[in-house]
Amino acid sequence: MQLQTMAAEKLSHAAPPADAAIAIDDVTLRFVTPDGHMMTAIRDFTMTVARGEFACVVGPTGCGKSTTLNLVTGLLRPTTGNVRVMGNPVTDISRDIGFVFQADALFPWRSVIDNVAAGPLFRGTPKAQAYDKARDWIARVGLARFEKHYPHQLSGGMRKRVALAQTFINQPKILLMDEPFSALDMQTRTAMQDELLGLWSDQKASVVFVTHDLEEAVALADKVYVLTAGPGTVKSVYRIDLPRPRVMADIRYDPKFIEIAKVIWNDLREEVQLGQSQGLQASH
Amino acid sequence: MTAISPTEQAAARATSIVVAEAQARARLRKRHTLVIGLRLAILVALLGLWELGADYNIIDPFFFASPSGIWEQIWSWVTEGTSQGPLWLQIYVTLEETFLGFVIGALGGIAAGIVLGRNKLLADVFSIYIKIANSVPRVVLGSVFIIALGLGMASKVALAVVMVFFVVFANAFQGVREADRAMIANAQILGASPFQITTSVIIPSAMSWILASLHVSFGFALVGAVVGEFLGAKQGMGLLISTAQGAFNANGVFAAMIILAVMALVVEFLITRFENYVVKWRPAPFNEQGA
Repeated sequence: MQLQTMAAEKLSHAAPPADAAIAIDDVTLRFVTPDGHMMTAIRDFTMTVARGEFACVVGPTGCGKSTTLNLVTGLLRPTTGNVRVMGNPVTDISRDIGFVFQADALFPWRSVIDNVAAGPLFRGTPKAQAYDKARDWIARVGLARFEKHYPHQLSGGMRKRVALAQTFINQPKILLMDEPFSALDMQTRTAMQDELLGLWSDQKASVVFVTHDLEEAVALADKVYVLTAGPGTVKSVYRIDLPRPRVMADIRYDPKFIEIAKVIWNDLREEVQLGQSQGLQASH
Repeated sequence: MTAISPTEQAAARATSIVVAEAQARARLRKRHTLVIGLRLAILVALLGLWELGADYNIIDPFFFASPSGIWEQIWSWVTEGTSQGPLWLQIYVTLEETFLGFVIGALGGIAAGIVLGRNKLLADVFSIYIKIANSVPRVVLGSVFIIALGLGMASKVALAVVMVFFVVFANAFQGVREADRAMIANAQILGASPFQITTSVIIPSAMSWILASLHVSFGFALVGAVVGEFLGAKQGMGLLISTAQGAFNANGVFAAMIILAVMALVVEFLITRFENYVVKWRPAPFNEQGA
C-alpha cells in the first residue's frame, strides 16, 4: 500500500476496455524458426493504451518488446488472443498508425522534403498539397533551411527530426516508436525527447514507446510496462504521475523522478539479470 | 612587452591560413602534373620500344605489327575507307548492334531481377534454370543465332542480348534482395501499396547494383556484337578484323582493336556520367583521385 502514496502506482491487470486506442488481450505469439524450431516470442500478453495516453515498454534485451509493436501494425499476427486498434480487430496496416524506427529508415535517394512528403503522396494526396504540408512539418521540426538536403548530408539528430516529421505528417492517431533515440548522443536525445513531447501534446496521439532505457521511459510516459525476460509477458505496470509539461533536461534531477525510477528499477533488475544469463546460454 | 591587439592577431592568423591554403593547392597541382607526366612517359616509352623493336626486327612487324603501321592503317581507313566500305559505317553498324543488344538485355535483366527478387516462389522455381542457362558458354549461341536469324543485324543483337542479360539480372536480383527491411516497412506503414514499394523503395535501392553491372555488361555487349560479326556478317568491325586476319594483316587487326577500345571508353564515360546523374543522392566517394 505504500506504493499508493508514491507517484509510481502499480496497476493491476484487467481486461482492456472497449474504447481503448490499443488493446492487446491475452496474446501469445509463436513462430517457427528457419531451422524448424518453435519459438515463443511473447506469452499471455495484455496491454491497454487509452486515447491520448503515452505508454512506454521496458524490458531486458530479447524479451519481445518490438514484437508488441509489430502486433499493433499487423505485420505480425497473434497465435492466440486478439489485438484491437481503435476498437477494431487488426486486419491490415491501419492508416491511423505511425511508426518511428530504431534504424535510419529514411529513403537516402530522396531529399528531406521528398522524404517528408512520401506519406501523403503514397496515400494519394495531390502533389502540391502534399508538398505544402511537408514544408509546414519540416518547419515545425526546425529544418526549414534543409528542405533540399539529402539524408547523408544531415547529422543523426537532424535525420531523426526528418523521421518524426515524416511520421507526424500523416497525423497518426497511434504512434509506435521502437527505441527511436537509442543511437543518439545524450544531448541530442534530450532535445529529441522534448521535441517528441511537444509534437505529441499538439497531436494527442496514443503512443507506445519501446526502450531499454528506464529513465527515458519514466521521463516520457504516463504508464510504464515492465516485461519479463523472454518469452516476454507483462511483469508489472506503473502509472507515472509526474506533472506535464515535462522538461527533459531537468526532470532527471527531480526527487520524485528518482524515487519512481528506483522502484521500477528494483522490479526490472532481476529480469535484466535473467535475460543476460539466458543470452549467455543461447550463445553457447 | 608589446601588446598585440586582437584584431592584429586575427589578421595575422587569417593571412597565414590563406598562405597555407595556397601552398596546399600548389602541392596538389604539382602532384597532378607529375601523375599525368608519368602516365604519358610510360605510353611514349612503350610505343617507342615497340617501334624500335619493329625497326630492328627484334619484334617481327609481320606478326606483331608496329605503331607506325597501325597508325597508317587507321589513317588509310579514315581517308580511303575499308574494303567493306567507309570506316564510319563499320563503326556505326557495330555500335548499333551493341546498343540494341545492351538496351534489350539490360531492360530484360532488370525486369526479370525485380520480378524474381520480389517473388520468393518464382525465384525458387526459376533459379535452377537460370543457373543452367548461365553455365552454357554463351559465345557458342552465336552459331545458333546465325543459323536461325541469318547474317544480318538480328543475330548479332541476339548474341549481345544474352551476353548482357545474365550479368544485369544477377545484379538486379541481388540489389532487390538487399533492399533494407526497415525502409520497406517504413514505406508500408506510411501507406505505400506493393507497387509503390517496388517503384519508390526497391528500384532506387537496387539502382547502385544495377548501375555497377551496366559498366561491365556494355563491354559484354560489344564482345557479343563483334563475335557475332566474326562468325558471319556483311558489315561491322568484327568483319573488318576477320578480313584483316584472313589477309595476315596484323596492322589491320590491331587498328580495329584500337578503334573498338576507343568506342568502349567513350561509352564507359557516358555511362559514368549517367550514373552520377541518377545517383546524385549518394555521398561523394572518399577518394576522387585517378579521374
